[in-house]
Amino acid sequence: MQWLVTWWKNFQQQFYIAFIKDDRWTYITTGLKNTLIVTFFAVLLGIAVGAVIAIIRSTWDKNRETMRPGPGKALLWLFNAVSKVYLTIIRGTPVVVQIMILFFVIMVSSNNKILVGVIAFGLNSAAYVAEIIRSGIMSIDVGQTEAGRSLGFNYAQTMWYIVLPQALKNVLPALANEFIVLLKETAVAGYVGLTDLTRGVNIIRGVTYQSFLPLMAAAVIYLIMVIFFTWLVGRLERRLRDSEH
Amino acid sequence: MSTETLIAVTSLTKHFKGRGGKAQIHALDGVDLDIYRGKTVVIIGPSGSGKSTLLRCLNLLEVPTGGSVAVDGVDITKPGADIDKFRQKMGMVFQHFNLFPHMTVLRNMTLAPVKLLKMDREQAEARAMELLKRVGLEDRANAYPSQLSGGQKQRVAIVRALCMSPEILLFDEPTSALDPEMVGEVLDVMKSLAKEGMTMACVTHEMGFAREVANHVIFMDGGKIVEQGSPADIFDRPQSERLQSFLAKIL
Repeated sequence: MQWLVTWWKNFQQQFYIAFIKDDRWTYITTGLKNTLIVTFFAVLLGIAVGAVIAIIRSTWDKNRETMRPGPGKALLWLFNAVSKVYLTIIRGTPVVVQIMILFFVIMVSSNNKILVGVIAFGLNSAAYVAEIIRSGIMSIDVGQTEAGRSLGFNYAQTMWYIVLPQALKNVLPALANEFIVLLKETAVAGYVGLTDLTRGVNIIRGVTYQSFLPLMAAAVIYLIMVIFFTWLVGRLERRLRDSEH
Repeated sequence: MSTETLIAVTSLTKHFKGRGGKAQIHALDGVDLDIYRGKTVVIIGPSGSGKSTLLRCLNLLEVPTGGSVAVDGVDITKPGADIDKFRQKMGMVFQHFNLFPHMTVLRNMTLAPVKLLKMDREQAEARAMELLKRVGLEDRANAYPSQLSGGQKQRVAIVRALCMSPEILLFDEPTSALDPEMVGEVLDVMKSLAKEGMTMACVTHEMGFAREVANHVIFMDGGKIVEQGSPADIFDRPQSERLQSFLAKIL
């Protein structure tokens, strides 16, 4: 029994050093707060930019053959080409490189690391969201568009009133999953000195020369959040299935 | 008898590009057709004859390769024409109904009048309820399309088009996707519309309907109008061999 008592004493001491002494637990709460802020606003930015890209891409794909040549078609071709380049670059490079480029090269004059994080993760997420929403738009039967157009709605109105509501409903679970992925991806924000959850425990590691407890704490907190949001998404999916209209 | 032309189709052609350098497909090959106000035109023919393509060219859901479609004397195939405005006056009913599944029956019907004609909501809903009553579906106003039978869906689709007070209704095989016992209820609605003097163009395989309701029957094959005339001409005195063999197979 002696070893158990020793172990417990040791554990208490390590716990005290890692989290209690000098209020070190505040690194974790601050980090967690920043992680959630960056994730939340990055998701909003990602959905907004992603939806625009998705609409450009699907509009081009669906209308390239029937559109009359002219400035409108040329402009759409250009937007589509730019979108494709954007998707290729964003999806072809690591997000940690992207956030470093944004912070150390592009937004060098900005000291607002949260803002940099939101923009970097938001624009990164936009590329994935764009493909999710595009698949949603393309999955809506062409008859829906034809019905809208035959009533006299123009293309944009048909998209807004008829196609997009159905498309977004179909991809809502996929979008929610993107949110969960993003939550974990923000763990690289420490590369630009943003104190997110991961960097918070890293700081504790640095001052206490202890790795086990701080890292375990971070892992458990991420895991609990992911399990919680996964559960929410599951509920959402069931709700959507039940209201199948 | 008034013979005011509502839609004049002149030497209409539609070529689909063949894939991988294959020859073009001539879905429409020089079609001339006049649709008169208050009359019903029924288009019949074997599948692939171009009859649906012709109908879909009337409101430019299919963009013709050549020729013209004039509505009230205005060529709507010209680049400057405001096609959305013309479509408001040309209702269309599809084979697969194409109701908006995320909206109730009532909202399906009032969306276009409210957004496009700027009708206020109460007025649009009152008119929609009137039309629903007419097709016997007033108790389904707040149902979603997935809760309706095929025949009910198609009746809603017809009154949705009527909500825009169109000058013509285009029917693209409106009963082809229905269970046999539901065909009658849809045809009854169409018959009563024809009787009231609605201008209609209808692609259908319902020869009984064509014979009873049509003022003019068009028989198409290979992208061309092979024969046309009154129902009696077409069904009782077919001239061309192609029409004779078509009728022999389906009647």
